[in-house]
Amino acid sequence: MEVKFNVRRYDPESTDAVDHFQEYLVDMDDSSTVLDGLIRIREEVDGTLSLRCSCRSAICGSCAVRVNGEAGLACNTKIIDVLSLDGKTVTIEPAGNLPVIKDLVVDFQPFWEKIKSVDPWLQPEGEEPEAEYLAPDEDMLHLAGVVSCILCGACVSDCTVMEVDSNFLGPAALAKSYRFVGDPRDDSSQQRFKTLNGYGGVWDCTRCMKCVEVCPKGVAPMDRIMALREQVMESGYKNTNGARHANEFTNSIKHSGWLDEKKLVIKSFGIFNIKAMIGLIPLAIRSQRAGKVPPIFHKNIPGVENVRRIFEKVETKK
Amino acid sequence: MLDHDILIIGAGLAGMRAALSAKELGADVAVVSKVHPVRSHSNAAQGGINAALTDRGDDWRDHAYDTIKGSDFLGDQDAIALMCQEAGSEVIAMEHMGAIFNRDEEGRLGTRAFGGQREARTFFVADFTGQALLHVLYEQILKAGALVYEEWFVLSLIVRDGKCGGAVMMDIRTGRIEVVRAKAVILAAGGLGRVFEPSTNALICTGDGMSLGYRAGASLMDMEMVQYHPTTLKGSGVLISEAARGEGAYLLNSENDRFMLKYAPEFKELASRDVVSRCEQTEINEGRGLDGCVLLDVRHLGEKYISERLSQIRELAMDFANVDMVKEPVPIMPGMHYQMGGVKANVDGETGVPGLYAAGEVACVSVHGGNRLGANSLLDTLVFGRRSGIHAAEMVKSTQHVNVDDSAADDDKSNIQQLLANDKNESFGQIRLDMGTAMKEHFGVFRDENGMREGIEKIESVKKRAEDVYIADKGNIFNTNLLFTLELGFMLECAESIAVSAADRTESRGAHTRTDLPDRDDVKWLKHILVSQNDGGGHELSYKDVVITDWEPVVRQY
Repeated sequence: MEVKFNVRRYDPESTDAVDHFQEYLVDMDDSSTVLDGLIRIREEVDGTLSLRCSCRSAICGSCAVRVNGEAGLACNTKIIDVLSLDGKTVTIEPAGNLPVIKDLVVDFQPFWEKIKSVDPWLQPEGEEPEAEYLAPDEDMLHLAGVVSCILCGACVSDCTVMEVDSNFLGPAALAKSYRFVGDPRDDSSQQRFKTLNGYGGVWDCTRCMKCVEVCPKGVAPMDRIMALREQVMESGYKNTNGARHANEFTNSIKHSGWLDEKKLVIKSFGIFNIKAMIGLIPLAIRSQRAGKVPPIFHKNIPGVENVRRIFEKVETKK
Repeated sequence: MLDHDILIIGAGLAGMRAALSAKELGADVAVVSKVHPVRSHSNAAQGGINAALTDRGDDWRDHAYDTIKGSDFLGDQDAIALMCQEAGSEVIAMEHMGAIFNRDEEGRLGTRAFGGQREARTFFVADFTGQALLHVLYEQILKAGALVYEEWFVLSLIVRDGKCGGAVMMDIRTGRIEVVRAKAVILAAGGLGRVFEPSTNALICTGDGMSLGYRAGASLMDMEMVQYHPTTLKGSGVLISEAARGEGAYLLNSENDRFMLKYAPEFKELASRDVVSRCEQTEINEGRGLDGCVLLDVRHLGEKYISERLSQIRELAMDFANVDMVKEPVPIMPGMHYQMGGVKANVDGETGVPGLYAAGEVACVSVHGGNRLGANSLLDTLVFGRRSGIHAAEMVKSTQHVNVDDSAADDDKSNIQQLLANDKNESFGQIRLDMGTAMKEHFGVFRDENGMREGIEKIESVKKRAEDVYIADKGNIFNTNLLFTLELGFMLECAESIAVSAADRTESRGAHTRTDLPDRDDVKWLKHILVSQNDGGGHELSYKDVVITDWEPVVRQY
């Protein structure tokens, strides 16, 4: 089948260094992957096209790009699965949220800096045993689901928080941190929670699910971030915006059956946090103008007792 | 000019293990890799790492004998014994660093069975053991603060008066070329899979280290011993781990027969790799294949077991062969996988060129001889990576730098200028494909005199054409077009050394199977073939006797 690859190009050395799309028409098999296509282009059509790729079997993490606007590995994406409505076009762009070096090659330095910042190594305490540490197989199997992260950057590429806040540690680094927090051999969780609870940490995720959607290895970074939130709170970090937000959210639903947005905001920041309260005034005015201010009296929904029963059930199960 | 005590070329398991052990001893170490460390090909090792742990009732001597028998008695027995003795502590060290490993009911490290071994002694992390270990070593490199030149490409080694004194390398991101002065250089640059087409190997496995070592005056040993893995996917050549058979998979021919029962009644599907690959190819050649393949069947293991222990290969089979292994058997064929040979090195990594070390797949110690056992390659990288790092760190304490300055890069700079200025029209892609196809056809599972002669001629003509490769990209930044052309030069050198070594060995042993000379000849050929470069730039062959200690060669049956 003839495939039209629409590839975003950028050559920093050209006199008019602006990015642009270039079209390549290539004949491919039904079973070909996007990477097969890109390799064919650079070997047979245009040797100037640059991209990173190596293992061709979704284990080295080199070839994360955006295919039709969504991050994924070129090597395990079949062309036939991503053809646009015209039945012949595929659009390829570099991974997002990282600066482009050339064509499909992005600068991973900011990515590695985030990984480094979570102290990504095992930190056991006490004397090392002569043989292996004993650890339950279930725990190790559970960790295997995170250890299988290949650090390809697909999650970071499409993270909607990193797009607006470069300080966010991001899904890859947080999942990496979870890998150690969840390891029965690691004794540094308290130290790790301090970082995770801080600015750019677990509370900055907006739960958009994008990282779960694009991860080629099923690592589900967002789920790991949510698990870390629980552990951070359980370890005693309850007096933060994030923790208060989570608590008030639960309380509100449990009490009235729906969310009391006014109270949620006030409780999250803390009513005595004068600075934050004043900071909220412009938002309140804008909401007023847009007709989006929640009702003054927050009433219970009909059948709230059923909602409470659900809570009771879930909480006793725990 | 950059300056270090030790420069390690390659950041896979061998390179990073060497870096850690040398850094622990206080040496100033730098690692250089053409890809980021976690992109290295050690990732691809799926099944596990072998070790005979005495507290499990296993014995290193049994591991050693299985390895020696697997090597078809071409492995050096002193080196094999040492590797097997150090295996246990190496696996435990990885566990202490953070490798998770699957466990048994008591929470100790669990094992699985692997090919060519009488004991289940393969420790594993599901079916991505290599990736799990690679990431752990990278974590340790970060913890130790070791310097890594990421995405730098080594162009040549610097040799003065027969001593290795550093390397010339290019920053892929900027095109900047730098001289690095080093008292010791450790080659840990991995294998050469891309010399063959298809291959299970990553696109980066282009024999750089073997070629660099050869050009620097080291010998290449056992180069004719090229492993064909029994279970690779057709077309892409993607690997399906031996773990599948270790966990109990069957091999079936078109008549639905478990044909290995006939060839290897005791070990069956878990005979050593050269044996299983030959049997599969025989079935296919005799008309009992399916479209050039036989079938790998795991259905009887059940979905739960498969998803717990073979999840990655299930995904691979779905992605690359459109087959769900839980529901149907997957067509597989023998595929080029590993180079047993490499830069001749001793158990401390010394190559014979002072200052130059080699460890991992790039090296040949020789612990694999004519055929490597599955799950011995990870072990090889760690044991000999660590030992090379230690030896080099001790050596540099009492060694002076050789006399090197920035002019050492002049030849490489002008070579690159010349390549970029070339206005001929050969494409590296076509040349690599022609080389790879010729190597597969003439130096594959079965070989013979006429075929190998023809193969050598083809390689020569391809090499001639390679002088006329056109590089379309003239830029400095991430010029992969230029890199591939440089890699092609490395690959052609490796292809030639494989071809001349294979044509020289007039017997069948391990992975080197000649249909015209089907028998092993222990009288004449209990020796290694070494290839080195003579003064005129041509090949020179020499020989070294196999080291035999406790285990006399016997007829090999599985």
